[in-house]
Amino acid sequence: MHVIVVGLSHKTAPVEIREKLAVPESRLREALSRLCSYPGVREGLLLSTCNRVEVYAVVEELEAGYGRVQEFLADTHLSLSSEHLTPHLYWHAGDRAIGHLFRVASSLDSMIVGESQILGQIKDAFEVALTHKASGLLLNKIVKKAISVAKRVRTETKIAETAVSVSYAAVELAKKIFSNLTEKTVLLIGAGEMAKLAARHLIANGVRQVRITTRNFQHGLELAQRFNGTAVPFEDYKTELAGADIVLVSTGASHYLVTAEDVQRAMRQRMSRPMFLIDISVPRNIDPAVRPIDDAFLFDIDDLHMRVEQNREDRLREAAKAEQMVVEEVAVLGQWLQSLEVTPTIVALRSRTEELKRREVDKILARLAHLSSEDRGAVEALASAIVNKMVHGTMVTLKAEAKSSSGAAYVDAARRFFNLEETPAGYPPGQVDLSELPDENIAGNAVGRLPEASLVQHTSKEQGRRVS
Amino acid sequence: MSSVFFMLTMGLYFVSTVCYLAYLLRRAETLSKVSLGITAVGFATHTVALVARMTDTAQAQLPTFHEALSFFSWMLILVFLAVEFRRQLHVLGSFIVPLALVSLVTAAAFRSDEASSLQPVFKTLWVHVTLSMLGTVGFAVAFVAGVMYLIQDGLLKSKRFNVLYAKLPALDYLDHLNQQSIVMGFPLLTLGIISGAFSAEIVRGTYVSWNPEQTWAMVTWGFYFAVLVGRLTIGWRAKRAAYLTIIGFAGVILTLIGVVMKSHGSVS
Repeated sequence: MHVIVVGLSHKTAPVEIREKLAVPESRLREALSRLCSYPGVREGLLLSTCNRVEVYAVVEELEAGYGRVQEFLADTHLSLSSEHLTPHLYWHAGDRAIGHLFRVASSLDSMIVGESQILGQIKDAFEVALTHKASGLLLNKIVKKAISVAKRVRTETKIAETAVSVSYAAVELAKKIFSNLTEKTVLLIGAGEMAKLAARHLIANGVRQVRITTRNFQHGLELAQRFNGTAVPFEDYKTELAGADIVLVSTGASHYLVTAEDVQRAMRQRMSRPMFLIDISVPRNIDPAVRPIDDAFLFDIDDLHMRVEQNREDRLREAAKAEQMVVEEVAVLGQWLQSLEVTPTIVALRSRTEELKRREVDKILARLAHLSSEDRGAVEALASAIVNKMVHGTMVTLKAEAKSSSGAAYVDAARRFFNLEETPAGYPPGQVDLSELPDENIAGNAVGRLPEASLVQHTSKEQGRRVS
Repeated sequence: MSSVFFMLTMGLYFVSTVCYLAYLLRRAETLSKVSLGITAVGFATHTVALVARMTDTAQAQLPTFHEALSFFSWMLILVFLAVEFRRQLHVLGSFIVPLALVSLVTAAAFRSDEASSLQPVFKTLWVHVTLSMLGTVGFAVAFVAGVMYLIQDGLLKSKRFNVLYAKLPALDYLDHLNQQSIVMGFPLLTLGIISGAFSAEIVRGTYVSWNPEQTWAMVTWGFYFAVLVGRLTIGWRAKRAAYLTIIGFAGVILTLIGVVMKSHGSVS
C-alpha cells in the first residue's frame, strides 16, 4: 500500500486549469465516491481550493495508483484530458507525499507563505472525507498529524506574525506611531475597497472613533452605520483633518485632495500630536509635499507595498525553520507507518512470546531443582508447545491477511493484543512515539471500520516524479 | 571590599553593553535575555559596592564626584529594570546601559579613598547631591527617550523598516516616556538646587554666589522649566520635545563638568 498525492497548484498550473479542476463543495461527495470506486484506491481525500487541487490517496500499486488518480482528475472536467493535465501535475508517494501535505497545511506552499486559510480548508476537506468514509486508518492519522504540525509551525515560528496585505500593513505602521489605538480617531476620505479593509483592521485593533466622508453623502451614511462611525459632509473634510489621528484617503479624484498647507494647518491645531496619513489612491490624493512636515507621517500605496514585500521576506526566513519541523514530523509519522507492516510485527510477536516463555520456564525450574535433565526438557517442551499453539492462529491470520484490505487493522490489533507497541521491530525502544496514535482510530478500525482500513507497505523515501 | 565589587560591576556593565549593542543589530530576541541577566547581576554587585562604600568610609566622607556618578549610574539601571519589568522594552537597555557604563567609568576616574573630617554642612551636601543626581537621572532617561524618538521618527520618515525599526517602540510611547521623565526629574532637580543653596549659605554665608557653574545650573533649570511649561501649554511635544531634551541634557553634562573643574574631587 502506498500513500500518494497527485495534484497541481498555483506553482505548476495557471488559473485556467485550476478553475476547471476545482470541485465545488456541492459535488465533493460525488467526486470522493468516484475516486474510491477506482480499483486499487483504498482511501481518498480531495483538497480543492482556488490555489490548488490535490488528491491524497492510499493505493495498492504505486504506478497504477498514480494512473487512476490522474484519470480521476482528468474526468472532473469534460474539456480536460490526461495529456492536457500531465505537464501541470506533481506526484509524490510515501514520506514525500506526507511531507507535501504537512507543508501545504503549514502554509509553506501557499501563494502567501504563512496565510492561515489553508489549514481551515484542509480541516473541511478532511471532515467531508470522514463523513463519506473515504478516509481511513492511514489518512486519518496523516491528516490529523498535518493539522497538528501546522499548529506547531504557527506557534513556534514567526511565520504568520507580520502583515502581508496592504491593508494590514497600514495597521502595523499605525502601531509604530501610536502605542494604543483605542483612543485614536480615524478619518476615512472616500471609500475604496482597500481603505475600507484597512479601516476594518484598525477597528479590530481597537480604534473606536471612525469618521467617514464620501462625495455621496448617502453612501457615507451607510458606511458609517457599518463601521459604527459618524458620517461628515464631504465639504468639511479639511476641517476634519485636525481631529484625526489616522487619515485614510482613497477616492477616485485625479488631483490632490489634501495639500501640504492643509496638513500644516491641522498640525498647528493638533499642537504637534503625530498624524498618520495613508494614501491608497491611484492617482494619489495626498500631496507628497506633506512628507517633510514634522510629526505627520505619510505613506502611499507604494510604501505599503514595500512594507508587505519586506514582511514576505521575513516570512520566508521563518519558513526555513518550519521546513525543518516538517522533516522531523515526517520522520515520526514514518515510524508509525513502518510499525504497521506485517513482517516486523510477526518478528516482534515471536520474540515477545519467546521472552515470556523463557521467563516462566526459568522461574518454575528454579523451584523444581530436583528434576532430572530429561524432565527439565519435558517442561520446556510443554511450555513451547503451548505458546506456539497459542500464537499460531494469529501468525497465520496476519500472513494470510497481509495482502488483504484489512491487513493494517489486523496488524494494529495484534500489536495491541500482544502489547507490542513499545518496540516495533527494527527500531530501538523510545524512538517511536506511539502515544501519538489517536485512540479513536485504532478502536474505529479494529472494530467498526475494518473494511476501509488497508495494509501498508510503506514506500519510504519514494522519490516523487515530477514532470513540468 | 567596595572596590572589588565596583570593578566587577564595571566589567558586567561592559559585557552587558556589548550584548545590548549587538542586540540592536540582530533579529533574534534571545540576546536581550542574556543582556538583561548580566545587567541584573551587575546591578546587584553595584548595590553591594555602593553599600560597602558607604559603610567603609562611615559618614566621614564628603560626597565626591565618584559617589555621585556611581549613584547616578545605579539609579539609571534601576529605572531601566523597572521599565523593562513593566513594558518588556528590551531595546531601552541598548541605550541606557551604555550610558550607565560611561558614567561608571567616569566615576572610576574620580575614585579616592581619602576620608575627610565631618562637618555639619556635609549632611545638607549629601541631600543636595542625592536630589540633584535623581533629577539628572530623570533628564538622562528623557534624553535617551528623545534619542530613540528621533531615530524611530527618522526611520518612519525615510521608510527604512530595518531591525531597529522593529525593535523600537511606538513614537507616542517614547514621547510619553520623555514627558514622564522630565515631570519626575524637574521637581527633584529644583529641590536639589534649593538644598544646594542652603549648603552654600552655611559654607559661604550666601545662598547664591553666581559663579559660572551655579549660573550654568540655573540656566539649565530655566531651560527645563521652559521645556516642561511649553509641553503642557503650547504643545512642545514629539520631535521638538526630543530635540529640546537632548539639548537640555547637554547642558546638564556641561554643568557637571563645571562642578568638577571648580573643585576636583568634591562637590560644592
